[in-house]
Amino acid sequence: MTASGAGEAGSRVVCTTCYMCACRCGIRVHLENGRPRFIDGNRAHPVNRGVVCAKGSAGIMHHESPARLRAPLKRVGERGRDALVEISWEEALDIATRWLAEVRATDPRKLAFFTGRDQSQALTGFWAAQFGTPNYAAHGGFCSVNMAAAGMYTLGGSFWEFGEPDLEHARLFLMFGVAEDHDSNPLKLGLAAMKARGGRIVAINPVRTGYAAIADDWLPIRPGTDGLLVLALVHELLRAGRIDAPYLAECTDAGWLVVEAPGTAGDGLYARDPAGRPLCRDRRTGALLPADDPSAAPSLRGAVSLPDGRRARPVFEILAERFLDPGFGPEAAAGPTGIPAPTIRALAAELARAAFEAPPFVAEPWTDWRGRRHAGVEGRPVSIHAMRGISAHANGFQTCRAIHLLQLLLGAIDRPGSFRFKAPCPRPVPPWPVPCGNPWQVAPGRPMPGMPLGYPTGPEDLLVEADGRPCRIDKAFSWEAPLAAHGLLHSVIGNAWRGDPYPIEVLFLYMANMAWNSAMATSETIAMLTDRDPATGRYRIPKIIYSDAFWSETVAYADLVLPDTTFLERWDALSLLDRPIGKADALCDAIRQPVLAPDRDVRPFQDVLIELGHRLGLPAFTREDGGPRYPGGYADYLVHHERAPGIGPLAGWRGPDGKLIGKGPPNPRQLEAYVANGCFFEHRFPAGRRYMKPVNRDYLELAVELGMLSRAEPIFARLYCEPLQRFRLAARGHGALQPPEALRARIERYFDPLPFWYPSPELEADPEGAFPLAAVTQRPAAMYHSWGSHNAWLRQILGENRLCIARTTARALGIEDGDPVRVTSRVGSIRAIARLVEGVEPGTVWTWNAIGKRAGAWGLSPDAPEATRGFLLNHLIDELGPGSAEGARLANADPITGQAAWYDLRVRVEKIAPGEPALAEPRLAPLPRPPGLPDPPPVLTWGAVFRGARR
Amino acid sequence: MTALPDPPPARRLGLVIDLDTCVGCQACVVACKEWNGGGPAGPLGDLEPWGAAPSGAWLNRVHGFEVGEGEAGRTVYFPRSCLHCENALCVTVCPTGASYKRAEDGIVLVDESKCMGCGLCAWACPYGARELDRPSGVMKKCTLCVDRIGDERLPAAEREPACVATCPARARHFGDLADPESAVSRLVAERGGVELLAELGYRPTNRYLPPRPGRRLAASAERLEDAPAEGGFLGWLDRLLGG
Repeated sequence: MTASGAGEAGSRVVCTTCYMCACRCGIRVHLENGRPRFIDGNRAHPVNRGVVCAKGSAGIMHHESPARLRAPLKRVGERGRDALVEISWEEALDIATRWLAEVRATDPRKLAFFTGRDQSQALTGFWAAQFGTPNYAAHGGFCSVNMAAAGMYTLGGSFWEFGEPDLEHARLFLMFGVAEDHDSNPLKLGLAAMKARGGRIVAINPVRTGYAAIADDWLPIRPGTDGLLVLALVHELLRAGRIDAPYLAECTDAGWLVVEAPGTAGDGLYARDPAGRPLCRDRRTGALLPADDPSAAPSLRGAVSLPDGRRARPVFEILAERFLDPGFGPEAAAGPTGIPAPTIRALAAELARAAFEAPPFVAEPWTDWRGRRHAGVEGRPVSIHAMRGISAHANGFQTCRAIHLLQLLLGAIDRPGSFRFKAPCPRPVPPWPVPCGNPWQVAPGRPMPGMPLGYPTGPEDLLVEADGRPCRIDKAFSWEAPLAAHGLLHSVIGNAWRGDPYPIEVLFLYMANMAWNSAMATSETIAMLTDRDPATGRYRIPKIIYSDAFWSETVAYADLVLPDTTFLERWDALSLLDRPIGKADALCDAIRQPVLAPDRDVRPFQDVLIELGHRLGLPAFTREDGGPRYPGGYADYLVHHERAPGIGPLAGWRGPDGKLIGKGPPNPRQLEAYVANGCFFEHRFPAGRRYMKPVNRDYLELAVELGMLSRAEPIFARLYCEPLQRFRLAARGHGALQPPEALRARIERYFDPLPFWYPSPELEADPEGAFPLAAVTQRPAAMYHSWGSHNAWLRQILGENRLCIARTTARALGIEDGDPVRVTSRVGSIRAIARLVEGVEPGTVWTWNAIGKRAGAWGLSPDAPEATRGFLLNHLIDELGPGSAEGARLANADPITGQAAWYDLRVRVEKIAPGEPALAEPRLAPLPRPPGLPDPPPVLTWGAVFRGARR
Repeated sequence: MTALPDPPPARRLGLVIDLDTCVGCQACVVACKEWNGGGPAGPLGDLEPWGAAPSGAWLNRVHGFEVGEGEAGRTVYFPRSCLHCENALCVTVCPTGASYKRAEDGIVLVDESKCMGCGLCAWACPYGARELDRPSGVMKKCTLCVDRIGDERLPAAEREPACVATCPARARHFGDLADPESAVSRLVAERGGVELLAELGYRPTNRYLPPRPGRRLAASAERLEDAPAEGGFLGWLDRLLGG
């Protein structure tokens, strides 16, 4: 064990992985006499190469926060009001086991287990499946599922988590909806590298901060209109013929034939041979060949008459016809986007120039899937990165698909200078597995036969009852959100409170601050958490178990609190089965190790979950003789758990002698090997296997060897998303599985297999312009959501937020800098203080995310600026979409993925009369402090102890 | 009154800060607070750290502001710390000899045992680079991490100030600005590095590299040519694949 105590003498440096945000940088913790004195970056680490951000450096203040929970807690009164009392772990585990065992023995679906910003989803998802509940997800549903799903269904990888811009080689870099967040340090390093080489950076974002501030160009786009801009670029490139046609024919479905038989069940699906292989027409012989026939040279044009007499045309011809229409031109996009047509045309010209004029050539011979040898790889030095500004809109999935279409037309995927896949991607397209949780898969006392989250490819993969009602509490994978690959955390509490589709008994949350900044309509959510059924007197959500390391707002609403450790006090894995730290040129994963021993009665959540798994008798956590399968907790599990033979949470140093990579029997000394290597594993791909991975034979074979793919088959990108067409055909009445009548038109409209743009439902619901401004948040560089405010250093950098308004817009409303303003949406009103700025699109207002805090929480004094002047836009965001009052009750979300559409918020801003207090609204009563937490000291002289020791 | 070294130091150690790549992420700010708070210059105290008006001593701060209006405007992040001036008035005004400039490399430091916290140095500094540590009543300032740059136990690559080592945008550079061949001097020469408030005559050592002018798309009238029209749509498709 590496963890140290305060009694230790001398200095030493311990490597681990940061958890101050989601970037997973390698850090070195410098200990002096057993206390953390400094945290810096690990220079050998593939993610951050020695740098750390403000959050990373402030890890010490995170660890030493007075808001750290100290012992398990049990409620003895009313939620949100009365005291919690400290209890022993034995009592806490006993209560949790009792509550959970009862549910499991009767109806496992009555447990909803949602885990927030969890980096151990490979364990938590597996645990849910073992418990037998389909009601599991983490926070991706309100973070970036639109990007994840669009990427996985189009490319087999995605922005951020499973792909990265190659800024060492890019000449042009476009950022869509990226402020100063993910992926933080790698992006900053890359921007600096690009600048040093004279590359050109274009930031497309309503807000000019962070990365946009140093871009060559800032295009202040109206929120939610990026898709229109991108399709105008597509139009321009097509019009000029400046696209990579050979790439499209070789590496995508551009030449695959699509059946055109309107009114029939096969309309709009790929034409297939009897074995189910998609067909193309060979452009030399005219013969119909399976698209994966190594001898095929797919033609991109020309209608074909299929053997059964039906007509079919190549995907590319269909899409070119659509996007060459002048309706997609820059003039049409200029109005809604706010980007002038000449600028759009110039950007298209710049894209073509950067991609095709004298492209760099990396002379690294490789072999394609057909067995043809190439002398090297021609670069496409155009990189694109997209983040929440694309994702958090109700049109985000199709917009992200449009961006991928643009990349594919340029051939700018996995080549020098372009977007590149991060290991373990590319994955097959469409992705797998399908989600599990249908009625026949859920039974009392039994595990589910598969994992709760997955990727449906048609109506038959949905999780719906015979009558079409959702199986899951969050309605993921139902007709309301068919491709909800990350679940809908934002819908859980509302649905559970309404009992729609059914009531639950236990809500089990980990690191999900649902009583504050992780909820939409925060005040309403709080009311739901405290509402009782008058008939029974019970809370409508009867039991809430919560695990967090800190006194967050949600602690006050839990009935049982399982205190977690900080990230410096536990083992963790950044696993290939979950969210690894892969790079374009290397398979990587990492661990956290306990650097310090907890000084409180807290336990790592993963240890607790494994213990609960055993107490509940879940087969994967219980030996045949009834003993615990992983008596050593999470560390034991990381080493010995095998998801499939030879495949475990960690890829490095497998096998009895630690020499195997990716696949191999467990190695009892695996964690020691990670620790000796700075807590990460990096296996660099040899030359010839680094680029063009989806069609690179040697790479595909290597990926199978390493356990990243199951078959060494080419992965063709999909311009055309056939799974969407399958849902659309159902909406047209084809097939046995039919959507509810109320949803038929919605599916017909949105499930277009080619990318398209549509205005947000919020905008469409306000034709009179009662709410004339868009309102969005940005995540600050120095804060990770709510986790920064209890940090004595970070809160000095950002302790209160303002509503930033374009100067011209504010003046027209009679608002001056510093004025208190009322911000009103269709569901509520808050008070904020205005800041007049130039760097925002005039029709948009914005603020920093999650700076406003509930008075009393996070160890802050109730008069802290976070509570008195900080504000939260979440209060204004409806959990349900517009029109739900009339009974439709659909989530305020993307109709395809269920992604929370919190960037679609529309507001009205008014000046508040002078004389009214400039305090944030709504004002909620301060939360009581849990027992055992210290009074925060009035003065902090951190570091004095080291000075004393040296003297 | 305290004297400056005579003759002036032959080396002038300092920072070169690139305003073209600084994204205002505050990484340098916190790394500085952490390294120096736990080192010889520490502690760097904080008042009301979890209260209504938190404030503390920071040796480096980053300010963001906007320059210009509308399309022509831009957002600039400006890191601010001691510039280790040649004519360091903060030293010469010091009544106790606490503030001094190192003869060997020009770094301006405070000998805490002599500092009485009178604040004259802060008054004298036109850059606002000095901060009083309220709990101890002692003046604090950037030390250029003298305990890193001179620590021979550290690997050579790590002998640089904490702010430089951690900067993710590689916007901070450290070296000898008296040596025209040093990497930092070359950067200043190539990029037109500037002295802040040169007209005041303090002769600061640190230099700032100005933002490069952006290449604005709006200034371009470029437009892609239509693909040749022969053969209509299908002809166009054919030509894409070379006929």
